[in-house]
Amino acid sequence: METEQSILERCDLWGCIQCGKCTGGCPMAFKTTLNIRRLIYEALIEGAVDPSGMEELWDCTTCGTCVLRCPKEVEPADMIVALRTVLVDGGVIPPTIRDALTSVFRYGNPSLMPPDERADWAEGLGVKNIADGADVLYFVGCIPSYDDRAQKVAKALVKVFQKADVDFGILGVEEKCCCNEVRRVGEEGLFEYMVEEQLELFGKYNVQRIVTTSPHCYNTFKNEYEGLDIEVRHYTQFVAELVKEGKLTFSGELDKVVTYHDPCFLGKQNDIFDEPREIIQSIPGVEFREMDRIRDRSLCCEGGGGRMWWEGTNPEDRLATSRFEEVLSVGADIMAVACPFCLLTFELAAKAGGYEERVQVLDILELVAEVI
Amino acid sequence: MVLYHRTLREHMAGTLVIGAGIAGMQAALDVADAGFKAYLVEKEPSIGGRMAQLDETFPTLDCSSCILTPKMVSVGGHPNIELLTYSEVIEVEGNAGHFEVKVRKKPRYIDVMKCTACGICAENCRLNGRIDSEFNVGMGKRGAAYVPFPQAVPLKYTIDAKRCLMIQRGKCGKSPPCRDACPADAIDFEQQEEIVELEVAAIVVATGFDPFDAHLKPEYGYGIYDNVITGLQFERLSSASGPTFGELKLNDTNIEDVVFIQCVGSRDRNLGNPYCSRVCCMYTAKQAHLVREKLPDAQISVFYTDIRAFGKGFEEFYDRVREERVRYRRGNPSEIYKRGDRLVVSAEDTLLGKPVEVEADLVVLAVGLVPREDAQAVVGLLGLSRSEDGFLKEAHAKLQPTDTEVEGIFLAGCCQGPKDIPDAVAQAKASAASAIVIMSQFTKNPASGED
Repeated sequence: METEQSILERCDLWGCIQCGKCTGGCPMAFKTTLNIRRLIYEALIEGAVDPSGMEELWDCTTCGTCVLRCPKEVEPADMIVALRTVLVDGGVIPPTIRDALTSVFRYGNPSLMPPDERADWAEGLGVKNIADGADVLYFVGCIPSYDDRAQKVAKALVKVFQKADVDFGILGVEEKCCCNEVRRVGEEGLFEYMVEEQLELFGKYNVQRIVTTSPHCYNTFKNEYEGLDIEVRHYTQFVAELVKEGKLTFSGELDKVVTYHDPCFLGKQNDIFDEPREIIQSIPGVEFREMDRIRDRSLCCEGGGGRMWWEGTNPEDRLATSRFEEVLSVGADIMAVACPFCLLTFELAAKAGGYEERVQVLDILELVAEVI
Repeated sequence: MVLYHRTLREHMAGTLVIGAGIAGMQAALDVADAGFKAYLVEKEPSIGGRMAQLDETFPTLDCSSCILTPKMVSVGGHPNIELLTYSEVIEVEGNAGHFEVKVRKKPRYIDVMKCTACGICAENCRLNGRIDSEFNVGMGKRGAAYVPFPQAVPLKYTIDAKRCLMIQRGKCGKSPPCRDACPADAIDFEQQEEIVELEVAAIVVATGFDPFDAHLKPEYGYGIYDNVITGLQFERLSSASGPTFGELKLNDTNIEDVVFIQCVGSRDRNLGNPYCSRVCCMYTAKQAHLVREKLPDAQISVFYTDIRAFGKGFEEFYDRVREERVRYRRGNPSEIYKRGDRLVVSAEDTLLGKPVEVEADLVVLAVGLVPREDAQAVVGLLGLSRSEDGFLKEAHAKLQPTDTEVEGIFLAGCCQGPKDIPDAVAQAKASAASAIVIMSQFTKNPASGED
C-alpha cells in the first residue's frame, strides 16, 4: 500500500480528469494493450495497481507524448516507470532488459561489450583524452561507441569538431552509460549509483561543457543529474551555432531531397526543433522537405525507454514502417535523424520493410561530414 | 499630433463605458435611460463586439445579429449616449465622482459628417479584397477602406492607416482612387487624431476577451490544415452574412464528417489557463445543431471531457442536439494529422477504453476565452488588478462581483471572466446600477442635469 501511495503522490495522479488525451496520443496504445489512462484510473480508484503480469508496461517507449499532452500536468509516463520499478524490484523483467541492466552495472554499457574497447572507434582520428584538458567534453554514448553503424556518426562529429577547430576531448575507456534508459526501465537504484560515478568522473577532469551524440544522454544530463552544474548541449545545438557563427563552412554540395524525423527526447521532451532543421537547410544543394507529422506531432521510432533491448508485445506492426511511407510521400531521398536510437531502429525497419533501396537513413552529422 | 482639443463638460453627471460589446452597450443604455450621460468608447470602427460575429445564440437559437442590431441602433441614436468609436482611453485621473479622462480619437481619414456609407471608396480601394477581414476571422477579405460589417454603427467607412498605401507610402497610383471616386468628397488624408477630455463620475470597464489562440495547441495543426478552424471561425462560416453566405464550405472539400473538439485552451494548466471557459460546451452543441441543419447526412462527432450544461435551458438543449444524431464521444483528442487528403483525429474514446482514429473533413476547435492581450494596459490605466486567471479582478468574488478595488470603477462582461451573453448583460445592468448610485451622489436632479 505504501509503495502504491507513493506512485499516486509522486506522479501527481490526483489531478487526472481522465480525459484520455494521454492514451489518445500514445503510439503504443494503438498497437498494444497499454492504456495509461486506464492504469491511472485504477490507481485512483483502487489506491494501488498490481503490475504483475502486465507485459505491456514494457511496451512504453517513454516518448513523452502523454506528458506533453496532459492538460493537468500529470506525468503519465512516470507512472509506467514507477510500475516498472515494482517489477524490477521483484525481479520480474524481460530477460533481455535484465541482461542490459546487468551489463551497465558490470561494464558501463548495456551491450555486454568490454569497457576497454569503448574508445576503439576513435583510433587514428587524433582525438585527445579529456585528461589532457579540453574546452568541450564530447560524450559519445554507448551505441555510437560500440555499434558499427552508429560509430560513423561519432566519427562524423569528430570531423566537424576538427574542421571547426573545436578544442574537445573524450573520456575514452572511462566513459560509462548515461543511464537515461536505465532510469526509464525502472532501475532507479542503478541510475543513482551511476550518476554518482559519472559526477565523480566529470569532476575529476574538471569538465565545463558537454556535447552529446544522443538526445537520450542529453536529456538525462540536462534534466536529471542532480548536482551536475555544467553546460550540456546536444550536438544539433552546438553544430547549428558553429554554422551560424561561420565557424563551420561547407566546401561541397549535397544534391538530395532531405526530410527530418524529430527524435522524441530532442523534440517533444526538450523542445529542440529548430536547430536540426537549421543545420540541414544550411547544407548547400539540399532540398529540405517536411513530413506531415513533425515537431510536437512527430511519431516515435519505438527505440526509447528500454525498447532497444526488448522488441515489445507487437513487433509486427512497426511505427517506423508508416514513417517510411511518409518519407516517400514527400519524395525524400534521405531521412535525416539526430539520435542513435532512431538511426538503428529506422535502419532495421528499412531492411525489414524493403525501403532500403528508396530511402537512406542518415544522421544529420553524416550529411554535414560529407560536405565539409 | 494633436490637432485641437475638444472638451466635453456637461452639467449632467456621466459615466464612461470602455468597450462597446454587448456588456458595454447594455451598461451605457441603462445609464442613459436613467437620465445620465454615458460616454461609450470603442476601439474598433463599430460597436457590437464579439456578439456581432456570432451566427445563432444558444440555447434559444436566436439569430445573434437580429437581437443585437436593434440594441446597436438604440445605442447609436440615444440622446444621452455619446459614442466615441475608433477611440481609446489614454488617461484616467481622479477618483469616484470626479474622474478626468482623456480619449484619443483615431483618424478615420474619412469625414464622418460627409460619409454616406455608399461603399464606393471600398470598391475603388486598390487593396480591396486583399486584406484579411478581422470580422470574418481571416476567412473573408476587405480593403484598406472598409466597414467591418454591413450593420456597423456608426455606419461610416474607415481607412485602415496601417495598410493604406496612401498613408503608408504617401502615394497610391497617380491619385488615390478612393478619394477620386467618393461622391461625398469625404476622404481626408490630412485628418489628425483628436484628444477628447471628459469628466465622469463613474467608469464601467467592459473590454471583453480574446478568443484563445489555437496555434498554442500545436497538436491540432491549426494554421497548418485549412479545414481545422476555431469556434469563432465556424460562426462566420455558418452565418448568412459570412464569407460563404452560411454555406459550410471550405475550399472545394465536400464536408461529410465533422468533428468538434472541446476544451481547447481551457482547463489547461500547461497553458496557464486552468479555468473552464463556460461557453464552449454550449456553443459547440449549438454549432453541432447548425451542422445538422445545414448538412442533414453529415456524421457529427463531439469529443468532450465533461459536459457543462448548467444554465437555463442548457441541459434541454444538449438533449435535443444529441437526439439530432450528434455523437458525443468522451475523450480529449491528442493529435490531428493527415492521411491522404483527410484529417485524422487521434483520441481515446474513454468510455470504450479504446484509442480511435476518426477521419474528418472539418474539425472545429472549441477555443476558450482568454484575457485580452491589452488587459495589463487597462489595469495600469485604471489602477485595477488581475485575478490569478489573468482576468480583471473584482472587489469580492461573492459579494461584490462587479465592483473593483477602485471606488467608482465597475466591471461588466468577459473582462472579468468568461461568461455567456445573459450573464454579461446581467453584469452590465449591475454595473450600470452601481454607476447610477455614484452619479446620484454627485447630482441633485439627474433628470434636469442640475448640479
